[in-house]
Amino acid sequence: MASPAITAEREHYLNTDYGIRSWLFTTDHKRIALLYLVTITLFFFIGGFFALLIRLELLTPAGDLVQADTYNKLFTMHGQVMVFFFLIPSIPAVLGNFLIPMMVGAKDLAFPRINLLSWYVLVVAGILMLHCIITGGADTGWTFYTPFSTAFSNTKVIEAGLAIFIAGFSSILTGLNFVVTIHRMRAPGLTWSRLPLFVWSMYATSIIQLLGTPVLAITLLLVVFERAFNLGIFDPTRGGDPLLFQHLFWFYSHPAVYIMILPSMGVVSEIIPCFSRKRVFGYSAVALSSIAIAVFGFLVWAHHMFVAGISLYSAMIFSILSYLVAVPSAIKVFNWTATMFKGSLRFNTPMLYAVGFIGLFTMGGLTGLFLAALGIDVHVTDTYFVIAHFHYIMVGGAVMGYLGGLHYWWPKISGRMYPEWLGKFAALTVFLGFNLTFFPQFILGYLGMPRRYWQYPPEFQVLNVFSTAGSTILAVGYVLPMIYFLWSMRYGKVADANPWGAAGLEWKTASPPPTSNFEETPVVTWEAYNYDEIPAPEEVPVAG
Amino acid sequence: MEQQRNAASLGMWVFLGTEIMFFGGMFLAYLVYRYWYYNEFAAGSRSIDVVLGTVNTAVLICSSLTVALGVKAAQLGKRKTLVTLLLVTILFGLAFLGIKGKEWYDKFEEHHVPGTSFSAQDIIDKYPQIPIEPAPTQIYFSLYFAMTGLHALHMIIGIGIFCFLTYYAWKGRYTPEYHTPIEIGGLYWHFVDIVWIYLFPLLYLIDRKPLK
Amino acid sequence: MFDNFPLWPARASTGAGNVDALFIFLLLLAGFMTIAIFTMIAVFAFKYRYRPGHKAEQIEGSIPLEITWSIVPLAIFMVIFAWGAIIYFQERTPPRGADEVYVVAKQWMWKLEHEQGQREINELHVPVGRDVKLIMTSQDVIHSFYVPAFRIKQDVLPGRYTTAWFRATKPGTYHLFCAEYCGTSHSGMIGQIVVMEPAQYQAWLSGGLTSGSLAANGETMFQQLGCPTCHRFDVQGRGPLLTGVFGKPVQLEDGRTVIADENYIRESILSPSVKVVSGFKPIMPTFQGLVSEEQLTALVAYIKSLSQPPSGSAGTPRLTPGTKPQEPKE
Repeated sequence: MASPAITAEREHYLNTDYGIRSWLFTTDHKRIALLYLVTITLFFFIGGFFALLIRLELLTPAGDLVQADTYNKLFTMHGQVMVFFFLIPSIPAVLGNFLIPMMVGAKDLAFPRINLLSWYVLVVAGILMLHCIITGGADTGWTFYTPFSTAFSNTKVIEAGLAIFIAGFSSILTGLNFVVTIHRMRAPGLTWSRLPLFVWSMYATSIIQLLGTPVLAITLLLVVFERAFNLGIFDPTRGGDPLLFQHLFWFYSHPAVYIMILPSMGVVSEIIPCFSRKRVFGYSAVALSSIAIAVFGFLVWAHHMFVAGISLYSAMIFSILSYLVAVPSAIKVFNWTATMFKGSLRFNTPMLYAVGFIGLFTMGGLTGLFLAALGIDVHVTDTYFVIAHFHYIMVGGAVMGYLGGLHYWWPKISGRMYPEWLGKFAALTVFLGFNLTFFPQFILGYLGMPRRYWQYPPEFQVLNVFSTAGSTILAVGYVLPMIYFLWSMRYGKVADANPWGAAGLEWKTASPPPTSNFEETPVVTWEAYNYDEIPAPEEVPVAG
Repeated sequence: MEQQRNAASLGMWVFLGTEIMFFGGMFLAYLVYRYWYYNEFAAGSRSIDVVLGTVNTAVLICSSLTVALGVKAAQLGKRKTLVTLLLVTILFGLAFLGIKGKEWYDKFEEHHVPGTSFSAQDIIDKYPQIPIEPAPTQIYFSLYFAMTGLHALHMIIGIGIFCFLTYYAWKGRYTPEYHTPIEIGGLYWHFVDIVWIYLFPLLYLIDRKPLK
Repeated sequence: MFDNFPLWPARASTGAGNVDALFIFLLLLAGFMTIAIFTMIAVFAFKYRYRPGHKAEQIEGSIPLEITWSIVPLAIFMVIFAWGAIIYFQERTPPRGADEVYVVAKQWMWKLEHEQGQREINELHVPVGRDVKLIMTSQDVIHSFYVPAFRIKQDVLPGRYTTAWFRATKPGTYHLFCAEYCGTSHSGMIGQIVVMEPAQYQAWLSGGLTSGSLAANGETMFQQLGCPTCHRFDVQGRGPLLTGVFGKPVQLEDGRTVIADENYIRESILSPSVKVVSGFKPIMPTFQGLVSEEQLTALVAYIKSLSQPPSGSAGTPRLTPGTKPQEPKE
């Protein structure tokens, strides 16, 4: 499979039109993906900045860097920005938008204009969120528990709630586009069982986005209404029930965590076979496990409420179901590891991130078993144990998957290679910094340090210092890719169509691809991950 | 074209699925509180005008009829009929909103709007035999306004969409081969109608049998 | 900074050991799985590293393997579930005859009141080896009563009572934290549990100033608010008889049957029309806004005392219906 020759004059999606209008009014899914990339990177660094301030405050037991109210706003905004304006859009809106049409052999998504609309919706929501932050922010925690958020907080709850409400629509529109595209626009011969696993996981993610986000939307809307119009739906002094809020909130927010992790799992399912030169072990199991996670993920929400005052018996039901949802994730980890067995392994940067994902997701997922155990949860819920757990999965898992995917598909997106040795260095920095930041937090949690604490008893200090030290290393690991990706767009080595020798339709077109993706619609006659047929990069004769 | 029509149709169905989840959250809240505070919900339900509600239900059902006939007209290429039907649909929609506005105005006059000026005293006095608390009654009205308000907002959006559809239909854009926007606009309108079909009995028809 | 660097929390209750046992089991399991996966990957990374001429072996999959590594984890998970559920069941089922302490949480302090009337702020003195049951409510937002050394935590909600219990095993002073974010001074809403030897505890009990036992104060309130007008003790009045009602099933006028627990009593005082007893008219006025949380707990304690056997399990004076309330003792 010879790759098309790259010359400076070849037209592709980046140079086909210049000027800001050609970007702001584009309907090309690839350009929209880059618009999203810029937006969410901005919010990632904003959210990361808040995290740094939090960790700095926690260097000492006393509250001496910022005031208590400020601290409460910091962790609230860190959570809101990271969850709704970075994690939820990240892989779907950047990698999903860019890759799904190519992976299914289509010219674009089913609804290109709705795709652009979804970006504008996120931008509007983002501007509202930024305004909210600049004018003071909310201090309810990202979880908005009532009646504090409805009747006691005197911060910008309405604005934050509305910003997230609007952002939700971006998520819904993206999911809608993906579901219709995957159902209706696959190339001839591309049956469901030949789809890349990334597409399967994006499909499962989209189902969750479509079914879950509207419930968050109505929940936040009711909170906003209650504050704005003095209703009493969640106010116990007026007959309302604060637990109803929690049920409604977690009904979305638990599946939301699967929105955040499934795409990363999809990325890992692409990277591991490529760098092992092997088809995925147990393709059907991995594909179906994504669907299983999406379905079961809707059945476990009240495991966030074991001490909230729910009945003993419902707690037991939700605990059992939470163990059920752990099984498909375990299956994936085993299948990925088995894919590496008897492979021919290379450890380029994407593979380092993928393997790092497996390790850290395993640790984070295993600590989920602790939390699902009712007796343990009573002690560690609402402590740093939970914070460590979800950061292992969100950061050690989702963000590493995102970075791995960015590195893996960077040649396709930009037509350039990133500097490999810097990539490896940054990956290792992230891995080490991450563990140093968050592993001590497991210990802190079991010791009893509650979350959202501006000040804490002195015996917790040493572990907090370790954690803060780690966070500075982690920050370096995140800043490096931003710098060298930008650098590579001008000075990076020019990439050919398939530098990794990877399987998948997206690698059969030039890097960067033409606007219409393919010269003509491909016809698929092979199974996914046909690495027995694709030569590894070193085996392809180098032209010139 | 066929693929586009297929895709658009699937897209609208998927979107309506998300709308079901959206309204679903409020229906859940409604169900929980109705179970806990049945008396207050029944009393509140009796205080809203069932005649106006029934008229509105009839209006919406008729509007769904005109929408369905409009889709048929589009399929047959009857431009004038299509435009007329779309206009009639919009009129029905506006009528619905007008009647709803009147209902809300009545509630405002009776101090049944939740907030500082809320008073359920008239309802409590009306049913001395039945234990009624003011706080849960306010919850009933909170949900009444939230649910009918959100529904009305969807109606307004629907009317806006239909204005666009009417304009383009008048311009002759829709043919028997291409009238996808009419179809998916119709789907949306039917959905808003169906939400009302659920709202109406849940809000207006709790325990309407004569008092003992 | 380094002289106080614990890595494991103190264990000071009967339940703590059970929680730690499961935790250690999970640590071993998780540690084993982590090391296993890391090792496998490390071994594969070396053994199957790319070498020229060395080709990967295409393996489709293995159904038996998939089934095995689905069933085995699931089985292990069910064991963990059962173990955790048993601990939870014990944690959420306070034993009979426990000493009761009423807790009112507010932004940003804990107010505690022993049955005998001792009040404490942000501190709770308890004797070693006695079951202590906490009956808690909040005056404003959701808080959470968390004692890491006892491994107990329970959210404290406005508008209802939630309970927790423990039996302390080791004298000492242990952290009390608020564990549900509640606003500005959430991290300042901390205190301590002081566990004392029984003799010291008795000394502490009689040493402090109290204003009468909770139940006695409750009876005072009961009289002051005019409750006996309808809830008479000599004959059936306009309201149900309250003697012996606590803890028993009550039939309501809409057909439902509920248990008269603390939440029921509280709701009956604040929103009497929500649950009307069968056979009675809904004429009880609401006392919402007329009683504070502390007064409510006193009333609840009083009504509970009307169901207690004469020997009195917690030192509450038996109040004979119809007698005038005694002057506060101690």
